[in-house]
Amino acid sequence: MNVSGNSPARKLVYWGSHYLMIGAFVVFALFPLYWLLKVSVTPNDILYTEGVRMWPSRTTWENYFFVLTQSNFPHYFLNSVIVAGTTAIVTTMVAAVTGYSFSRFAFRGKVIIVALMLITQMFPLVMLIAPIFKILAPLGLTDSLTGLIIVYTAFNVPFATFLMQSFFDGIPKDLEEAAMIDGNTRFQAFRRIILPLTLPGVAATLGFVFTAAWSELLFALMLVSSESASTFPVGLLSFVSKFSVDFGQMMAAGVLALIPACAFFLLIQRYLVQGLTAGAVKG
Amino acid sequence: MDGGKSVTTAMQAGKLPVERRGVISRRLSGILEPYLYVSPALILIIAVMLMPLVLGLSYAFRDIRILNPFSGGFVGTAHFQTLITDDAFLGALVNTAWWTFGSLLFQFTLGLILALLLNRDFLGRRLVQALVFLPWAVPTFLSGLNWAWMFNPVVGPLPHWFTALGLMETPFNILSDPDLAMWGPIVANIWFGIPFFAITLLAALQSIPKELYEAASIDGATTRQQFISITLPFLAPTIAITLMLRTIWIANFADLIVVMTNGGPADSTQIVASYIFTQAFRRLDFGYASAIAAVLLVLLLAYALGVIALRRAMTHADS
Repeated sequence: MNVSGNSPARKLVYWGSHYLMIGAFVVFALFPLYWLLKVSVTPNDILYTEGVRMWPSRTTWENYFFVLTQSNFPHYFLNSVIVAGTTAIVTTMVAAVTGYSFSRFAFRGKVIIVALMLITQMFPLVMLIAPIFKILAPLGLTDSLTGLIIVYTAFNVPFATFLMQSFFDGIPKDLEEAAMIDGNTRFQAFRRIILPLTLPGVAATLGFVFTAAWSELLFALMLVSSESASTFPVGLLSFVSKFSVDFGQMMAAGVLALIPACAFFLLIQRYLVQGLTAGAVKG
Repeated sequence: MDGGKSVTTAMQAGKLPVERRGVISRRLSGILEPYLYVSPALILIIAVMLMPLVLGLSYAFRDIRILNPFSGGFVGTAHFQTLITDDAFLGALVNTAWWTFGSLLFQFTLGLILALLLNRDFLGRRLVQALVFLPWAVPTFLSGLNWAWMFNPVVGPLPHWFTALGLMETPFNILSDPDLAMWGPIVANIWFGIPFFAITLLAALQSIPKELYEAASIDGATTRQQFISITLPFLAPTIAITLMLRTIWIANFADLIVVMTNGGPADSTQIVASYIFTQAFRRLDFGYASAIAAVLLVLLLAYALGVIALRRAMTHADS
């Protein structure tokens, strides 16, 4: 999109308001996180007396020190990285092939499968916990990271599939038809030509599934009972139940938990932005 | 949704003569191929979601109370009969509509604006992009607690800002005011949900071929014309699916409300999903909770069917 009219004054006004709006979004997104950070470095004795100050008169790293050395948090973190990472990769692979078939094939039963996927999104998850536990327990999949990964993957596949489908829908069919005429099978054409074109979509899907699995609490709490298989949201909750609610430590753990999620976002960022190169679309 | 596709296809048509060579063997495997692609997803969903769902639905017709050893028998439609006269449930239905559409309207509008802003190249774009997406990465339980802090006049800045702006006479907690309490979780939800729309719409925007804009510029199309005839049609499939799914998710999303207000004060923020949570985990009445969940399922199903029918009618009107 071009700014209509090229006079310097108009450009200045346009970019001025552009940066102003961007600034507003950044402030809105970051201020609550800043508050989280502020609480995490405030010493307990002035937590309430200096509650509304923008920055406390004294700061402390004690909360971080406690979380990193005295608690089980590093272990919870590792579990969360394994669970969220595996879930993101497996879900995206399953969703890519399913979304592709939704986008390109007309086949018997397709409507039923799509409807099924939609319906699974409508049932309150709270009510699925007891039945899922009953099904997973005899298989030895409760209280295990594998069980969590399976459940998270199943829950995220429907949305991830619809997301991938919408990206495939935007890519002309002629591309893989041309590749198939050149002697590729359809799957080869999908993998070599179509999938690379949807990298921004793949990145977005990976990001969503990762964060969803990263912060899931209910199932992590109900399906896992041992410390060794707990993920970090469950660990966060332990600050509420085990000790009296220790906000400083909990917020410190929360800030630390943001780091892997941020790192992941930065990692996929490149693909999110890259978009389609002009040459590729022309075939 | 077909608008965007046909633009691209039309663009391709001149350059790529498509020859269809019917090969018998390819056709045979072609019949089986789609099922092969779909099977992993289908197996997972049936085993982990559909079977539990059916089991969960059956609870709605049984008396299942965790702490009562004599419960477990079939009660027929008794739960549903109670439900019709349950004022708390009817109030929760109205609150669910407020909560869902209040959150969705702002999440979508602001998310779309953000995606459009980020779609242009500017200094510091990458950094900004990483920063504004952060709220989505915060566990909802933690962001609910954090927002509850910020709305509290003792430890949070927001009531003092509202007073300074003249919106409040003295700083008070909106979460304890029955008329205003719903805005607390809604604001937290908007904060949390903007990145979702921004990311999906930005990814869709990035997939629009740049030549289309170049060609339109040469033809003398204004920015607004380009937005309406190129950008919107390309975004339409993504918008349609994300809006519908988000509606369903938000209607089912009780975390923020449970953490921030627990449905109070005086049930003013009780939505159906949080009411189910209360029935199941506070009163331990899984039978009644399942009955409410079944009603919610039917209502959301009706909503989804309505939206799909509407979309179909609109697409037909277009062509």
